[in-house]
Parts: sequence; structure tokens; C-alpha cells
Amino acid sequence: MNLIRLYVNFFLMHLKSMMQHKVSFFMTLTGQFLISFNIFLGVYFMMTRFHQVKGFSYSEVLLCFSITLMAFTLAETIFRSLDTFETIIGNGEFDRILLRPINSLFLVLCSKIELTRFGRLLQAVVMLVYGVSSSSIVWTPLRCLLVVLMILGGICVFAAIYLIFACLCFFTLEGLEFMNVFTDGAREYGKYPIGIYGKNVLFICTYLVPFALFQYYPLLYLTGKSDNSWYLLLPLCCALFLIPAFLLWNLGLRHYQSTGS
Amino acid sequence: MIQVEHMNKTFKVARRSAGFSNAVKALFHKETDTVHALSDISFHIGDGEMVGYIGPNGAGKSSTIKILSGILTPDSGTCQINGRIPWKDRKEHVKDIGVVFGQRTQLWWDVPVIDSFELLRDIYDIPRHQYLITLEELTQLLALEEIIKTPARQLSLGQRMRCEIAASLLHTPKILFLDEPTIGLDAVSKLAVRDFIRKLNRIHKTTVLLTTHDMQDIDALADRVLLIGKGRLLLDGTLSDLKSRCEPPCATLDEIVASLYREFHI
Repeated sequence: MNLIRLYVNFFLMHLKSMMQHKVSFFMTLTGQFLISFNIFLGVYFMMTRFHQVKGFSYSEVLLCFSITLMAFTLAETIFRSLDTFETIIGNGEFDRILLRPINSLFLVLCSKIELTRFGRLLQAVVMLVYGVSSSSIVWTPLRCLLVVLMILGGICVFAAIYLIFACLCFFTLEGLEFMNVFTDGAREYGKYPIGIYGKNVLFICTYLVPFALFQYYPLLYLTGKSDNSWYLLLPLCCALFLIPAFLLWNLGLRHYQSTGS
Repeated sequence: MIQVEHMNKTFKVARRSAGFSNAVKALFHKETDTVHALSDISFHIGDGEMVGYIGPNGAGKSSTIKILSGILTPDSGTCQINGRIPWKDRKEHVKDIGVVFGQRTQLWWDVPVIDSFELLRDIYDIPRHQYLITLEELTQLLALEEIIKTPARQLSLGQRMRCEIAASLLHTPKILFLDEPTIGLDAVSKLAVRDFIRKLNRIHKTTVLLTTHDMQDIDALADRVLLIGKGRLLLDGTLSDLKSRCEPPCATLDEIVASLYREFHI
């Protein structure tokens, strides 16, 4: 409970800091909104031309896109600090974090809460409402729950990737841009159900980096293309991906060497 | 009580010669040098002592402070502070210590200083009445009244350093580590900082370990001096010990230290 209160207080501090730079804040907010809107337009124009992709209709693709966008945006808002972890190590802020009597990972997350991502979050909410309402799916409580699980599973996968990315900084002390392939890349590819990219991509996204577990398989169930009820549980399995990420974090923490001051 | 016995710490540092071709070579084969940041350091510091920790740049002062505050783990040797091993019992240990890094800030740049203090109150979970008493005392001793409602980015360096020191002391630590607290300060601010540290030590019996390049800091604050060079502890004694080592008698403390650096080839 204490940690939640602390997180709220950090959140308020970020908000206060942000309000000092109002113009910058609102510009970034708008920018974030427009970027995501752009992606949506891409899907829209593609679908007006082709009507369906590998058996998925426009509204189904839209639902898939909005769920991925939602998961990605929430993850980015919360875990953004891990994405820029090399600066936290580089400017000595991590030393300061280690001087606090609180879990270091928690404080890293508190150190940056990306409020400008609310622009994208708003976009994601609009898309999700649009996607849910325009789909021909009969919304049973189970299916609603599945959508929530898909979003939660997605957050877990993105969080784990951010965490692994941050752990590597312990060893390199520098950022690794190639990791963006997994985060930004997944957001781009996640517009469409993973299955349409073919067997190999699906295999990788199932067993290696489990994007398909929260996106493709549950979507098959959601849209009635499969009635394998095991698919309902797959988003939960995404949480397992966090375990190796946490282990790696602890390994990195032991390896931490600080920087000169 | 700080007890350090035979502490060693090495870092691996990448090494390469100048020039583009060498930079390319380094991409494939990285040569590393092992730097002995600390070798076989031992010392004891009793409660309420004020100790100056001096040595040239890169001597290992900051590494020592980082190990003592639980940020880094030494390769070998032991260290006990108030019965705890800093890096093993980090979360409990850091409640007992305050650390000021003179070259870094822990204040939030864009919000009034008092907001940063409030957040620290939550982080350390300081009971409200105790927080108010400490804040009142620090405000008075460091003359923060006027500046506490100003965002940190609008403060002068001297003002910010005073706030910085206050921020490190809100949880009333028994031990205070100061890493170059007077760096870049003007005469008035330096005197204010020194005066405060003396008072803090007198009133609360706070143990102070201070690294600095300003010998007047040492003269004004430290009863005892540790001299470190190339990772080795070269001298442990009082300020008069330090002065008596110098032949012929030197005029200023700076000259004494410079001659010591020469004597030990550091």
C-alpha cells in the first residue's frame, strides 16, 4: 500500500514538473496522438482497398490493432524509464536510487512516468471503443474478460522486453537501439494479427518473444475462428516472460559498476 | 562506527590508442586494463568523528564513499558500519547514512525545493512530527527560509548546495558522507556550509566523512585526515601530523599536500 502511495506522489511530482513547461507538454501530447492516428490511417486505407487480410475483416484487424496499441501505450507510459535506462546509469541517478531504502527497480520506474504518452493513450482508448463497437463479435462476459487479459498480457510482454533492455545497460553502460525492433517494431507489426506474416514469424512470436500469445491466438478465439478454449489462457502465460527478465535484472544489479563522478 | 579492513576494488577499463584505425580495431578486440581503485584499505572511524579524506583526482575517494554507502561491492575485504555490511544490508543501511554528491543533484529541477523534501519524507517514511522538527532545524541552521519555495533550477549553486545538504539530512542519519560539498562555491557559501557541518557534528554527534580538494575545508572541519593515492591509504593522522611531515615548514596547507603528493609519487 505504501508503495502505491509513493507511486502516486512521484506521479504528482512529474505532473508538477511537466506543468512548468506547458507548451512543450501539449505539443508532445498532440504529436503522440497524431503519430498513432497516422498508423490507424495506414490500416484504414489498406483495408478499404483489400477488405480483408488472410480472412481477417477490417473490424477484426482494427480490434487487434487497438488492443496492441493499448498494451504498448500503457507499458510505455509505465516502463519508459527502462527504455532510457542508460541515461539513468550515465548521469549517476542510479547511484542516488541505490541510496534509498526502497526496491531499486521500483524507484527506477518512478523516476520517469511518461505523461506525454497520454496523447497516445487517448488514441488507444478511442480506437479500442471504435474497434469493439464496430466488430460483429457478440460480447459475452467471457469475451470482455479476454480483451482485458489480452491487454494485460501485452503489457507484461512489453514490460519484460523493456526490462531485458535495461539489464543489458548494466553490462554495456550504453543504450542498445536494436532493442527497439522488439518494442516499436512490435507495435508496427502488431497492427495486423501476427499469423498473417507466415509460419516462421508466428513461431518466433510464440516461443521466443511471445507477442502472439496475447495478440494472435486469443484473437482467433475472440473472432470465432477457433474454439480452442486453451487460447483463453495464453495471455496469462505472457506473465511467465517476466521471470527471466527479473532474473536478468538481479544479475545485472550485482554486476553494476557505477560511473566516475 | 565504521570499520574497514583490507578492502580491494578493481575496475576493468577499456584501453585503446588514438586514431580511427584503432577505434575500428577496438570494435573487434577490446583490450582492457585492470585499474586498482582501492588496494588493501583499512581504517576505523568512531562515532562523532569528523574525518577528511583527501587525495588527487582518481585516487579512489569516490569509490570508497560508494562502497561505504552500499552502491558498490568491493572485490575483497570487509566493511562494517554500525554492525551492518553496507552492500548486503543496503536498504537498512541507507536509512542510517546521508550522502551529498557535490557534483550531482537530488533535487527536482522544476519544482519548489520543499516539494522535493516532501517526497523524501515519503521515500524514507519519516513520521510527520519528526519531519517537521528536522525541517525547522535545518531551515534555521542553513537559512533556507527564503529559498525553499523556489524551484531548484532558479537557485544559485550555493543556495542549491545548502538545500542539497538539507535533503540528505531529513531522515536524521547518524553518518554523513560529503563528496566535495564545497566544489564551485563562493566564499560566503563555503563558510556557511562549513559552519553548518560543524554545528551538526556538535549538536547531533553526526559522524562526518568528507572528501575535498579544498584544504581550507580540511582545516576548518577535520580532526583527522586520511590521505589516499593510487588506491592506497598513505597516511592516517591529525592535521598537525600532516603539517609536521613537511620539510621545510611550508606556508600553506595546499603546499603541504602538494609536497606529500610528490613524496608519495601520486
